[in-house]
Amino acid sequence: MSDLSIKDHPVLGPAPVRRRVTVYYEGRPVEAAEGETVASALTRAGIKVFRTTEKTGEPRGLYCGMGRCSDCMMVVDGEPNVRTCVTPVRDGMRVEIQHGLA
Amino acid sequence: MELLEREIVVIGAGPAGLCAAIEARRTGAEVMLVDENSRPGGQLFKQIHKFFGSSEHHAGTRGYDIASELCRQADSMGTEMWLDTVAYGIFPEGVGLVKNGENYIVKAKKIIVAAGGSEDPAAFKGSTLPGVITAGAAQTLANVDRVLPGKKIVVLGSGNVGLIAAYQLMQGGAEIMAVVEKKDHIGGYGVHAAKLRRAGVPILTESVVTEAVGKDSVEAVTISAADAEGRPVPGSERTIEADTLCIAVGMSPLTELLWQAGAKFSYVQELGGFVPLHDEHMMTTLDGLYAAGDVTGIEEAPIAMEEGNIAGISAACACGHIGPDAAAWLCAAAQQRIRSLESGSFGDNRWAARHRLLDSMPRKE
Repeated sequence: MSDLSIKDHPVLGPAPVRRRVTVYYEGRPVEAAEGETVASALTRAGIKVFRTTEKTGEPRGLYCGMGRCSDCMMVVDGEPNVRTCVTPVRDGMRVEIQHGLA
Repeated sequence: MELLEREIVVIGAGPAGLCAAIEARRTGAEVMLVDENSRPGGQLFKQIHKFFGSSEHHAGTRGYDIASELCRQADSMGTEMWLDTVAYGIFPEGVGLVKNGENYIVKAKKIIVAAGGSEDPAAFKGSTLPGVITAGAAQTLANVDRVLPGKKIVVLGSGNVGLIAAYQLMQGGAEIMAVVEKKDHIGGYGVHAAKLRRAGVPILTESVVTEAVGKDSVEAVTISAADAEGRPVPGSERTIEADTLCIAVGMSPLTELLWQAGAKFSYVQELGGFVPLHDEHMMTTLDGLYAAGDVTGIEEAPIAMEEGNIAGISAACACGHIGPDAAAWLCAAAQQRIRSLESGSFGDNRWAARHRLLDSMPRKE
């Protein structure tokens, strides 16, 4: 699985050590850092498709990153329309692609 | 539904809202600071570059350090902070809030809206494809979450947001394939552009993105030469390999609450579109309703902070916590600092635009 973590940073220094948690994307385990958002954890793992559209089934993913555009909405622990860019990860969280309005 | 009463409600805990709350609290006013996010600071936490200006404008300080300091001050003054709280409307009965599914109406003597701004979208084929993200989202990922949105990135827009985001993504280890600009010149400061140029990043002026190509996510970006109107020139297309396209084509004030409340607006291109009319105290056309920060026109954080200072002092003065002479003196000092921030060719236009806006404010007899 790809890992897009920034390990070291010329301004911010090495990434802080945070407790690891596991979320499940379509049943597949994805390692995440406690405190980060679901969208961040999925992006870290190279996952880009978060939902598909109602009529044409086109893929959508993280876009605005501040809870406004609704393109990153997924089904989280069975609840649809969760804005993953402003929702923190939790250990054992189940995250599924949202098809249409779910 | 629960009914609450407060002297001053500030909506938005970014740089403007935090400053408004701090200045009002300093005078002893009772302040409720509301934000939809789970932590205050707004978008300052993703700003890892040093700000310009003089020391009184936090020059040389990085955005996240300014945010931490403002949060510390608000906290130490005992500001009542309502996080994870959505302000959904401003009514004669008060401000409508929802927190944890509970509904609240907060009756306030004065309301300060510091809702901020949001990034403008760009329209082209494939603009909805995963991998097309705003420059702001890319900054949050790279600078707060320490994650790259991708490895090979094209940035659309050469204003300061685009230039800074490109440089920061490069600092995070991404390869910036190109910065694409419709106009015949770079939009942002030369100092930001020079850093990219020195690193060998091509900044392509008179160019537009015509397509984000890919099946489930971006695999390439097609660009074309642009004519004088910014339209693609047929036959000039070329394809750049990329997995991410960052959109940095401008921002607009987040004005929904002010529209809903019934404030009057004016369209000012230089400030990002429709902005609320306001007087020199940052009060809108509605008595007791103030606005500060990007919601009154897109600017950099130091100006949002000064507007927040003015709104906070003015609201506290209107509640009787500080005398009009002292308030006028403090506001004049803040205006002076804004003027010195807005000197130079970039700022002069905005300063003039803001004064046109002030002049169009209806005056009481």
